Amino acid sequence: MPKRRPRVNPRRRPRNRQSDVKAAWTNKLNLASGAMTMQRQANTARSGIGWCAQLGRATHWLLDISELPMEWLIRLCGWSAIFFVFAIFFFVLKEGAGVLGKLDLKEFLTSPNWRPDSAVRPQYGILALLVGTFSVTTLAMLIAVPLGLGSAVYVSEFAGRRTKETLKVVIELLAAIPSVVWGFVGYMVLGPIIIRLTGAPIGINVLNGGIILALMSVPIIVSVGEDALRAVPDSYREAAAALGANRWETVYRVLFPAAKKGLLAAVLLGVGRAVGETMAVLMATGHAVQIPHSLLDPVRTLTATIAAELGETVAGDDHYAVLFVIGVVLFAVAFAVNLTADVVVNGWRGGRND
Amino acid sequence: MAPSPASTGSEIISIRARDVSLWYGNFQALKNVTLEVKQGLITSLIGPSGCGKTTLLRCFNRINERYGNVTTTGEITVLGKNIYDADVSLSELRKSVGMVFQRPNPLPISVYDNVLFGVQIHTPRRSLTRDQRDAMVESALREVDLWDEIKDRIHKKATRLTLEQQQKLCIARLLPLKPRIILMDEPCSALDAEGTERIETLLESLREKYTVVIVTHNMAQARRASDECIFMLLGELVEHGTTEQIFFNPGDERTEMYIEGRYG
Ligand SMILES: Nc1ncnc2c1ncn2[C@@H]1O[C@H](COP(=O)(O)OP(=O)(O)O)[C@@H](O)[C@H]1O
Ligand SMILES: [Mg+2]
Repeated sequence: MPKRRPRVNPRRRPRNRQSDVKAAWTNKLNLASGAMTMQRQANTARSGIGWCAQLGRATHWLLDISELPMEWLIRLCGWSAIFFVFAIFFFVLKEGAGVLGKLDLKEFLTSPNWRPDSAVRPQYGILALLVGTFSVTTLAMLIAVPLGLGSAVYVSEFAGRRTKETLKVVIELLAAIPSVVWGFVGYMVLGPIIIRLTGAPIGINVLNGGIILALMSVPIIVSVGEDALRAVPDSYREAAAALGANRWETVYRVLFPAAKKGLLAAVLLGVGRAVGETMAVLMATGHAVQIPHSLLDPVRTLTATIAAELGETVAGDDHYAVLFVIGVVLFAVAFAVNLTADVVVNGWRGGRND
Repeated sequence: MAPSPASTGSEIISIRARDVSLWYGNFQALKNVTLEVKQGLITSLIGPSGCGKTTLLRCFNRINERYGNVTTTGEITVLGKNIYDADVSLSELRKSVGMVFQRPNPLPISVYDNVLFGVQIHTPRRSLTRDQRDAMVESALREVDLWDEIKDRIHKKATRLTLEQQQKLCIARLLPLKPRIILMDEPCSALDAEGTERIETLLESLREKYTVVIVTHNMAQARRASDECIFMLLGELVEHGTTEQIFFNPGDERTEMYIEGRYG
């Protein structure tokens, strides 16, 4: 009987990399443990030389005992991340705590009146700010999700090798543009364009902020989404092709279901970016506290409010503390987004629906 | 070159290849292959690893072209039509020429959707009633002897079945398309002995209804399961004959050596 030989074929596209996209993005610890494995391999290689078995064994022993502190170091890194998150949360909470007793929570959440400077009676209603954040983010996602997923599909499934490499570099460049620059683009470039096209009195508004945020989220969505699609085994594509599916049918009937977790992670990372973005929206949304009635109304977001007003407050006074309470609200929003992401991606009890 | 095998009943030709050569980049994997596959028979492709069996099989539904660097010359006629003609629709070709792969590759959707995947691609949306679809799934799964085993799991993900069930499902999902030809590339290589046996039984039941071309590494399987055998070596077709001829009275000494297990 003939023997089977494994065949290595460098020309096939390296598609079968089954990486968990989310893990790759969040678990930086992998790097450290990878280093450890490498060390172990090097160690085996060294002891394999044979002409110096004694030394080999000594090295073994040395590396073995150095492994314990190493492990602890890595563990420490992991725990410190958790520690910092809690530390920041408690710091923010502590700064805001002073006003919590005085603050009418109902007014805080449901009133559109944000008048912290009023000498007569300062009002702290964040409804307009919440709506501001929500409207800009929603618009950004309406633009960025189709655009981002579309480009991810194009880059991963349709583009030739050259185009693909070029696009990936460009997308990475986009991701590296600082948010101040985006804000500047919104203010100086997009604003006048919007005025010319729509006849609106001011060009910095929901539309402007939404577009800028969309452009900022697209690179994340593309690169994470592309990873997710690339992780789909090629055998699925081949199965679909052999049943007569064309490339587009393969994309929406096979790849989307197969990569849905990764694609969702991509979208939610985009949402996270949009919600948390400060500088660009500060510059591109017009900075007017009001509930917008159209895309062309200027608004203000939660993040922009903190950034713009913190400098004007006196540490410890009510205004200062309320800004920190807004920070807590942002924390809660971010947490909710991440939790939803996790639940959707991993199921309630984690990793059930693979 | 290859003498036409002695009569094995059917005389209608399903696949006719003339002078087919194929290159992966600069590497020539098939050299002037000429053959005729008869309708309704099970034809085995045998030969040592790397001789081009998979490559040849993948020519018959043109799925080779997924790799960008493939050049094919010659002529392949499937069901009377040259499949390299400009007006050939790949989708239609693959509808009538189904393929089963070496590793079972059910799609990561439910068993039910797997069976209907092909149909849903080839028929307009909503042209089938729910009952029709249910009936299709049931009859396809019955035909591969899987229905009783998994009938209450058909809405679960197909990738959770055992490998044997997955491979049967991969055969079942071809059936609603009513293919004329089924190509199989070592369909049992991922299965254990019993799984292999059951797939062979299944193969037996497909005979006559479909034309089957099967690549196999397993000599015993080729002997048990097939009507005709094609022996290949280094990209060339060496001999094509009835299974009996190839195994008991090979015309070429290279075939003889291979059958006796002297290389491979
Ligand atoms: N996609 C490919 N790119 C380049 N060379 C390939 C490719 N697929 C197969 N080959 C080469 O073509 C030859 C025939 O391969 P294959 O048809 O898979 O053989 P078999 O199925 O008989 O084992 C082998 O030498 C193999 O290395
Ligand atoms: Mg093969």
